Amino acid sequence: MASDRPGPWRRAAEALAIPIGALAAAMVVFGLFMAALGHNPLEIYALIYRGAFASAFSLQNTLSRAAPLVLTALCVALPAQAGLMVIGGEGAVVLGGLTAAVVGHLLSGSAPTGVKVAMVVAGMAVGGGWIALAGALRQYRGVNETISSLLLTYVAVALFNHFVEGPLRDPSSLNKPSTSPIGDVNMIGSLPGLDVHWGLAFGVAFCVAMHVLVRYTTFGFALRIVGGNPRAARLAGLPVGRLVLTACVLGGAAAGLAGAVEVAAVHGSANASLIAGYGYAGIVVAFIARQNPLAIVPVAVLVGGLSASGGMLQRRLDLPDATVLVLQGIAFMMILGSEALYGRLKLFRGRTA
Amino acid sequence: MVELGWWGVPIGVLGGAIRVSTPFLFVSLGECITERSGRINLGLEGILIMGAMSGYAVSYTSGNPWLGVLAAGGAGLLLGLLHGLACNLPRVNDIAVGIGLMLFGTGLAFFLGKPYVQPKAPTLPSIPFGAWSDAPQIRAALQVNPLFLMGLALAIGLGWAFRNTRWGLVVRMVGDSSDAARAMGYPVPRVRTVSTALGGALAGIGGSFLSLYYPGSWSEGLSSGQGLMAVALVIFARWSPMQCFYAALLFGGAGALGPALQSVGVTSGYYLFNAAPYVVTLCIMIATCSPRRTLAGAPGELSINR
Repeated sequence: MASDRPGPWRRAAEALAIPIGALAAAMVVFGLFMAALGHNPLEIYALIYRGAFASAFSLQNTLSRAAPLVLTALCVALPAQAGLMVIGGEGAVVLGGLTAAVVGHLLSGSAPTGVKVAMVVAGMAVGGGWIALAGALRQYRGVNETISSLLLTYVAVALFNHFVEGPLRDPSSLNKPSTSPIGDVNMIGSLPGLDVHWGLAFGVAFCVAMHVLVRYTTFGFALRIVGGNPRAARLAGLPVGRLVLTACVLGGAAAGLAGAVEVAAVHGSANASLIAGYGYAGIVVAFIARQNPLAIVPVAVLVGGLSASGGMLQRRLDLPDATVLVLQGIAFMMILGSEALYGRLKLFRGRTA
Repeated sequence: MVELGWWGVPIGVLGGAIRVSTPFLFVSLGECITERSGRINLGLEGILIMGAMSGYAVSYTSGNPWLGVLAAGGAGLLLGLLHGLACNLPRVNDIAVGIGLMLFGTGLAFFLGKPYVQPKAPTLPSIPFGAWSDAPQIRAALQVNPLFLMGLALAIGLGWAFRNTRWGLVVRMVGDSSDAARAMGYPVPRVRTVSTALGGALAGIGGSFLSLYYPGSWSEGLSSGQGLMAVALVIFARWSPMQCFYAALLFGGAGALGPALQSVGVTSGYYLFNAAPYVVTLCIMIATCSPRRTLAGAPGELSINR
């Protein structure tokens, strides 16, 4: 019966209130933990806010950290629409970044615009192909995509280390093995008027495009049918294999783009800084956003803000920079656990329920 | 000094396998118990690091490394319990919570472990099984840590328990069909919670090996992902504790192949050897899975099988 169901507004309010409530609970738990260790929680909250969002500098730092998370979260959220649980975004990030660095170096004499486009496209192509591998194994061999994508991540990281420290190593990179630099003219610069690189714009655009694709196109509708009930989708004559693979390619392309942008806008070459766990953090971001492409952006900004404020706590209170990791971890666990509350709070139920 | 030449490679791999495999062994046995009960814990990486930190910290403050091992097991038990309880909640995804736990455990360990990066804690002793030999390589290779032997005993004991004890049969039934277990009157969530907590305790002990024996110090870069690999190991071992032991030796040996080859002058391809076990695991999965059938031996309730 329709009257038993909560209306769209009620459901939106629920989707906002539950994670925010869980986040508040996490802040309280974290505050008690810090108080037990003899720190003033209020001072810490204030510093986290200042380090993450209060000044132009901290806000730009936050947004720069959010950019790769937006893209790696898409690598989870898009296959999730088709019912796949891909956790191998890290592999697509490192291989996408490596490819972008190689392409950038090989073409470094050409026109910079062309080099930039080539780096981004190559990174996306390799990332998309890598995750598509996991999707194809699932679709055609029945190999679980969660495990295969995790295994593929190890293979990707090993390939990355092999090439960066072996055949592709720039002999002049002594302390930190890197590939040859792509050259300053080929770096993708910052957004106009900001100190935030283009990755953020790419990420937001990617999220909006995917939201439109999933919500408002026939393709997206078909994809969600596959995710809801693959057998029904097959009976309805939908090309399940192609839909699943496309979702994987798009997700992998997003993660590959994250790697390419990290190389082309931040590091200037591929080195171990690329293996920074963006893929894993993206998984949590996607789950907190409940696999909704639009919700990924604010969640990633929040997570980026928490990591950005680590330096402030270290400088002002002489706390370890891992302090914000503790808060992040508590918040992740609380918000993931709060999933159980959906549909259970009286406030958000329909009137007759 | 006896020159071993190329013989140094297999001896180096053997020694490396014995030395490196212990954390693999403990995390995979822990994951094996958890997965046999029908749940997957991807957070063992966080538990491993937390175990390494708490083991080192307690060994440093108490002066007794075995108390450190105990503390690591306790820390792992608590984090495993957290995962188990969180996953009992309706609609909570065990894979996502596992990743969350990995980040939480790692962050907590880095935060609490900051003061212990510098000081030197007493480490675990080893048993010199190679004392009969004059060759230093053989002596080094046969320095065996008691935890390795305990892990071996545990693998044998667990394999036996899964087959022959009521507890083992209940865990397996809960993992294979929660409906059957519920019909028999066993509390499915409680069995899974206890199995996850026990798995966490083992992973914590595995972590204490890292900080208290090899490499034998606490730092933030201590783990090279042994905890996450547990999932691959258990699949490779087909959910059998004894095969977890062989798989741990193989994974440890593959990691030791690079350094051993380096010592005889082969320096390229180091990282590719590290990837070999994952490629093999993937190949096994590709060869044995089909769209109609999942992996043989896998617990039926495991979310990765559906």
